[in-house]
Amino acid sequence: MTLGTPNTQSSTEASIMAIESDVLVIGGGLAGLTSALAAARSGADVRLLSYKQSTLRNASGLVDVLGYTPDGEGPLSNPYDVIPTLPETHPYRTVGVETVREAMGLFDDVVTFYRGGHTDTNALVPTHGGTVKPTARYPEGASAGLASDTRDVLLVGLESMTDFDAPRAAAHLEAAGVPFGVRGVTISFPGAFRADAKVTRYAHVLDTDDDVSVRGRDVPARETLARRVASHLEDEKRVGFPALLGMDHPAAVRAALSDELGVDVFEVPMGPPSIPGIRLEEALFAALSDAGASIETGNPVVGYEGTERIERVFVEKNGARIPNTAEQYVLATGGLVGKGVQSNREGVYEPLFGCHVAHSANRYDWFERDAFGDHPFARFGVNTDDSLRPLASDGSTAFNNLRAAGSVLGGYDFAAEKSGSGVSIATGYTAGQHAAQEAR
Amino acid sequence: MTDTDSTRTDDRRTASASDATDEQTTLSTDGGTDSARSEKREEVSPATPSTEKAFGPTVPNTGTEFEPVEVFPESTDFDLRPGSDSCYKCSTCDTNCPVAEVDDDFPGPKFQGPEQWRLKQAEEGYDIDESVMDCSNCMRCDNACPAGVPLSQMHNTARAEYVSENMSTFSLEYWRNRILANYRTSAWIASKTPRLANFAMNFGPARWLMEKTMGVTSEREFPAFARETFREWWDSQGGADGSRERARTARERRGDSVDAEKKVAYFHGCYANYNTPEVGKAMVRVYEHFGYEVVVPEQGCSGTPMFANGMLDDARRHAEVTVSSMSDLVEQGYDAIASCTSCSLALRQEYPELFDIEGIRDVSSHTFESIEYLRIHEDLAGALADAEIEGALADEFAYHAPCHARNQGLDRQAVELFRDLDGVEIEDVGDSCSGISGTYGWKAEKYKTSMAIGEEMFEHMEDAAGETGMTECPTCAMQMEHGTGYEIRHPLELLEAALVT
Repeated sequence: MTLGTPNTQSSTEASIMAIESDVLVIGGGLAGLTSALAAARSGADVRLLSYKQSTLRNASGLVDVLGYTPDGEGPLSNPYDVIPTLPETHPYRTVGVETVREAMGLFDDVVTFYRGGHTDTNALVPTHGGTVKPTARYPEGASAGLASDTRDVLLVGLESMTDFDAPRAAAHLEAAGVPFGVRGVTISFPGAFRADAKVTRYAHVLDTDDDVSVRGRDVPARETLARRVASHLEDEKRVGFPALLGMDHPAAVRAALSDELGVDVFEVPMGPPSIPGIRLEEALFAALSDAGASIETGNPVVGYEGTERIERVFVEKNGARIPNTAEQYVLATGGLVGKGVQSNREGVYEPLFGCHVAHSANRYDWFERDAFGDHPFARFGVNTDDSLRPLASDGSTAFNNLRAAGSVLGGYDFAAEKSGSGVSIATGYTAGQHAAQEAR
Repeated sequence: MTDTDSTRTDDRRTASASDATDEQTTLSTDGGTDSARSEKREEVSPATPSTEKAFGPTVPNTGTEFEPVEVFPESTDFDLRPGSDSCYKCSTCDTNCPVAEVDDDFPGPKFQGPEQWRLKQAEEGYDIDESVMDCSNCMRCDNACPAGVPLSQMHNTARAEYVSENMSTFSLEYWRNRILANYRTSAWIASKTPRLANFAMNFGPARWLMEKTMGVTSEREFPAFARETFREWWDSQGGADGSRERARTARERRGDSVDAEKKVAYFHGCYANYNTPEVGKAMVRVYEHFGYEVVVPEQGCSGTPMFANGMLDDARRHAEVTVSSMSDLVEQGYDAIASCTSCSLALRQEYPELFDIEGIRDVSSHTFESIEYLRIHEDLAGALADAEIEGALADEFAYHAPCHARNQGLDRQAVELFRDLDGVEIEDVGDSCSGISGTYGWKAEKYKTSMAIGEEMFEHMEDAAGETGMTECPTCAMQMEHGTGYEIRHPLELLEAALVT
């Protein structure tokens, strides 16, 4: 059997024109979206390329800036007070504290259904595991759940949703010393749903308020759900549900449940797949579209041409290589999880442009033996100059029209610090602004 | 995001039976999520002294005496194990599934793909779950997966196995599906007497009978067959010779070299041939306007409706016809152009994922959607900047992006291209699925689900300013028309109006 030999070049590559823009952003996560927004709002013609759907779908939807110091001190009350004391290699130090503030301002401007922008102080948001997360911004649906509120809480879990065990989460919160009473109950979601129904199924039925079938009768979903909770409600003044209260109309769903129950209703942020993450993704992509950018998802960027400057990059589509050119490029491909930084037994590397990633030659130095130890790999990523241009191993600028943003950057451990979103927004903003300025 | 290994991915997907067996006998040492992308697995290397020191007595037994174990029996199928191993159960695919969002019997793509594949290995005589027939093959899960799991490839192979192993060839469902999947055959017969066919296919009592006996919903109106097929029109225009003449004239007008190597082979598919020849004509006129010679080679159905019904043998027969003629043309410097996004996706993605026909990968890597190709090779935005739409198409359009446009990165193409065009307004009606998914929405038992999925799109279309619809996909167009009563146009028609007339 003979397989066709793959042609690496289109037969008509000679006549190929590149798809052109001023600023080309590679990556559709929070960093890529923010840099594209910042560049587009500065007047640049922007194109964003993302291989797959945005990883925001896996994000909790909480937007943190800095919850803990690199030494593990915290939770921090005011991240902006601490940023100037971070190590010099930290991306926040590269862009500076005022830029972090401006970048969060852009986020607030674009994502109007988020709260927390009125203050520098971190909010404390209970999570589905029963921990309390210090975070800078949160969806308005989580507002009534804040841990700084002293009203008692009833957490409601669903039998079919093993990701959220409400009694256990409540016990965790009590043990964490929250200033209110908290109980958890588990109910079955009304209607004949399959045991592994998707979060989107529940969200859909609450969005549309379709009838659900209960003991042979068709009854409206929102009201019936509220009634099931009401029978468990004692004198708590707020009720928390897993974050599935509608995809398109969450405010209306919360309001309906709240009216029925006579108490405030909030959503507890969940792990993947996350409806608050999807809502945030949709809001940011819509804003980017409104800003006039072009967006293409579905195919990877696999290579580039250029030495001191990136001249063009290639998008791979089933064997065809489609050139895209721009004046300025932003690398926002993610870190070790997002595959913007990769490793094998030989070393750690940035796979697209081959940007230098500093790491020990001995791979047994990359991690600590303690699972929750201070792993060096968590800080792997590219190092940059002050305008976020990646540096080669000798400290020179790798390409003069390439900037990096988000988790592809080294020098910080976002999981330990709770700084992932803030770094993506602040560095995305900076990279986008610089790129737009230089593209003129 | 980036993936320098993607050509190797293709190798994996087209791995021959013998390759697959080789791979299965070697254990992977690559624990990362990219293991699916490894063409050749590394041998497990013996532990070095330094690792023994670092790990002490807990070092895994990977010494020289280690013998790789054959975990799974030999198989002649495509090797889906690396893809299955890559799934880390984030369930993002499930949140993209339009069926799982409304259908309480459907377990979602994560089950249909990697989980069912594992069940099949673990259990002797495991039967594919019948719910695989409820998958509409929209292929959104492919675009969703952050780990590159080839979900639709898994669904297509599982569905084919279910149909061949578990569905009786004497059942009405089998024959109903087979007839729907082989739309091209019915359309070919109907095109002989289009007027009679148009009457008969929508004749009330006949439709009642079709629903009762075959399970074809009587809720929908059959699309009208054109009185002149695209191919008949093409012949009347002088075929390839006529096109070469017109292309040369256009090149002269454009100031291009008259002998420029600009030639494309048009894959019109069944629908543009039998039902909407105006789309095919627009393709030809627009391409000739830019100086391209068009040829219209012998071709089968793209296979899209056959994949969705698990009829892979039928699909393969048609693919062999298409690949045979297209691969010859590709060798001569032609690129293959489709105006239907499902056809272009089939040639690009499903062909190399499902068949190992000679030349199939050359065809795959040289296939493009019609407007995509012009965007790459011509200054389309520049040409449109000076254009203005007048007359019948000076309108406001409610645009729906077909699911099959997504894997190709084309879901925003029409909106971004036309948003600055004078004389028209174009509005994206959102990212929901139209719900018809080819033959899916024609099945009586699927009609309700199909309309429930489409509800969001209908609402957004009603909300949009325009009262004319636009999409690249013929069956999405049927659903859009069915749900709103709007007339639906193809972007090529707008391009033709802007540039040619």
